[in-house]
Amino acid sequence: MTYSIQVKDLTLNFGAVSVLKTMNLDVTEGEFIVLLGPSGCGKSTLLNCLAGLLEPSDGEIWIKGKNVTWAEPNERGIGMVFQSYALYPQMTVRGNLSFGLRNARMPKGEIDKRVARASEILQIGPLLDRKPGALSGGQRQRVAIGRALVRDVDVFLFDEPLSNLDAKLRSELRVEIKRLHSRLKNTMVYVTHDQIEALTLADRIAVMKGGVIQQLAAPQEIYNRPANLFVAGFIGSPSMNFLPGQTLDGGRSFDFAGTRIDLEGYEGGAVGTRSKAILGLRPEHLLIQTQPEPGRTIPATVEIDEPMGADSLVWLRAGDLAMSVRVPVEQRPQPGQAVHLRVDIRHASVFDSETEARV
Amino acid sequence: MTVQLKTAQNPRGPRPRRILNPTRLMIYGVLIVAALYYIMPLWVMVMTSLKGMPEIRLGNIFSPPMEVTFEAWGKAWNTACTGLQCEGLKVGFWNSVQITVPSVVISIIIASVSGYALSFWKFKGSETYFTILIFGSFIPYQVMLFPLVMICRELGIYGTLSAVILVHTIFGMPILTLLFRNYFASLPEELFKAARVDGAGFWGIFFKVLVPMSTPIFVVAVILQVTGIWNDFLFGVVFAGTKNWPMTVQLNNIVNATQGVKEYNLNMAATILTGLVPLTIYFISGKLFVRGIAAGAVKG
Ligand SMILES: Nc1ncnc2c1ncn2[C@@H]1O[C@H](COP(=O)(O)OP(=O)(O)OP(=O)(O)O)[C@@H](O)[C@H]1O
Ligand SMILES: [Mg+2]
Repeated sequence: MTYSIQVKDLTLNFGAVSVLKTMNLDVTEGEFIVLLGPSGCGKSTLLNCLAGLLEPSDGEIWIKGKNVTWAEPNERGIGMVFQSYALYPQMTVRGNLSFGLRNARMPKGEIDKRVARASEILQIGPLLDRKPGALSGGQRQRVAIGRALVRDVDVFLFDEPLSNLDAKLRSELRVEIKRLHSRLKNTMVYVTHDQIEALTLADRIAVMKGGVIQQLAAPQEIYNRPANLFVAGFIGSPSMNFLPGQTLDGGRSFDFAGTRIDLEGYEGGAVGTRSKAILGLRPEHLLIQTQPEPGRTIPATVEIDEPMGADSLVWLRAGDLAMSVRVPVEQRPQPGQAVHLRVDIRHASVFDSETEARV
Repeated sequence: MTVQLKTAQNPRGPRPRRILNPTRLMIYGVLIVAALYYIMPLWVMVMTSLKGMPEIRLGNIFSPPMEVTFEAWGKAWNTACTGLQCEGLKVGFWNSVQITVPSVVISIIIASVSGYALSFWKFKGSETYFTILIFGSFIPYQVMLFPLVMICRELGIYGTLSAVILVHTIFGMPILTLLFRNYFASLPEELFKAARVDGAGFWGIFFKVLVPMSTPIFVVAVILQVTGIWNDFLFGVVFAGTKNWPMTVQLNNIVNATQGVKEYNLNMAATILTGLVPLTIYFISGKLFVRGIAAGAVKG
């Protein structure tokens, strides 16, 4: 397997603040990696390091088998797209697209060919002689993508490219970026804090927190088997239900406020007996029923119900804990009703309270 | 970011009429009085300069000339005595041009590049450097005058045009650097990053990306420097040497001449002539000036 990008023990400090902490990341050729995490976790910083816009304090960056840790941004074979588009306001779209090529002293004919190809792919041909000020947000971001495209590079870096756009445009361009990737087949590193973008675009998602990658895995894996409490809580909307309790009988069952839940069929590792553990259940992995089943259900009272088109999100109270369950709209219960939540243990996650890691 | 102009949706009711209500009358009244107050001296100056001496002796400084003569203007420009020579203000005018143009150009070039480096290419100690520079602008000129004279003498340029140009360039530096740094700092950093990814270097980014979008701040800098340097008296009298005295110094010599009768018409004409350059600059670029100051003030 050939690696497109390798990040080796990358560390970056701003003064005394450590923003990236001995980070390691291998990206294979043609892979679409999404960096996902809360604000301030170091996503942009990592991307800027890859681009050569920030000098790392320690560690190495390899792109295409070459150590580029100290190379200039334009020598790395990368193209970058920014959140604020960052188009040169006094140049036309054509000027914006060709600026990098002109700096590289490329022959005029080749420049024209590349600009034509990029504007064909992104359908910005009619805009070529306009200034960025006369473009809409979506058109600007297309031009910004085009500017990376003409460079004919192997690695694309996106820093929240869609977050300045409205919802409709965002989903349109999201599809377009996915199409672009399947057409060009180059490596893409994409920063976002939008889970939908992450889940729909990524081959693998790197969930970051505090300058550390918490989990690097395929979207389904991250969704179904979150590595720890943070990832479990960050991915998925509405968030996973966390039931505090303890495991009993050598890990065969879970005790939540006096309710025993069978752990038979749990698809994690050996649970063992833990005096403090957390059972994580996604709202879509719970069923509302009227009859209790020993070891399978949790008694709860319906509080609020939020219909959202096809589904309805039902908020309930189980003991002191507020829980949410996603049900088809036609099956939603009445507020105030006492019900039983059936646990789908195959999709559940058990976390150790101390380490917060999934077991 | 672009500003979108939106008109109100479906305005209703009759278009509001402009009525001269009491508040408005008050405002206009105050404005007119203020305008008159400021225009009065100029009026007196222009009128006096167009009169002959006999008419001036009649008194009445506000009345327009009965007989318009440009004699005083001609004399001020060509033959008025500025010290020992009697070649008029034109000598000082050309000296001032020779001082102002290079000082303005050099100081703006250096300050714009420093401001650019200080906002985009931060180096170790760049903040300290900037602080020292700003601090420099708070030290009164007089404190540095004598050391500067010594330095110029050591350099062998004391009493020449080069000395005044050097001094003006140095003293323009703090405020101009601050101006440019703040303007560049208000530009989005991603623009700079994009240009770096596009392979533009230090000068490429400056000339191809930043300068073309910085016209307003360059206009502000030119206005500040031209008016400041043209109006300067102290540095001119100290550093330039008798031959190279700028217009302001020669004007002073004309106006404060102790021999003979006071030629008010000559003095007025000479003063207007000297003030004409900054005045023209303001008239031409007043709008650009305000726009530029506002743009620079967006972010500090
Ligand atoms: N120039 C700087 N000097 C000091 N600290 C900085 C600097 N740039 C970023 N930081 C800090 O580094 C951390 C990571 O910043 P970064 O921009 O990478 O976050 P991010 O994950 O991209 O967040 P966001 O989603 O808000 O864009 C933040 O805590 C930020 O305050
Ligand atoms: Mg960011």
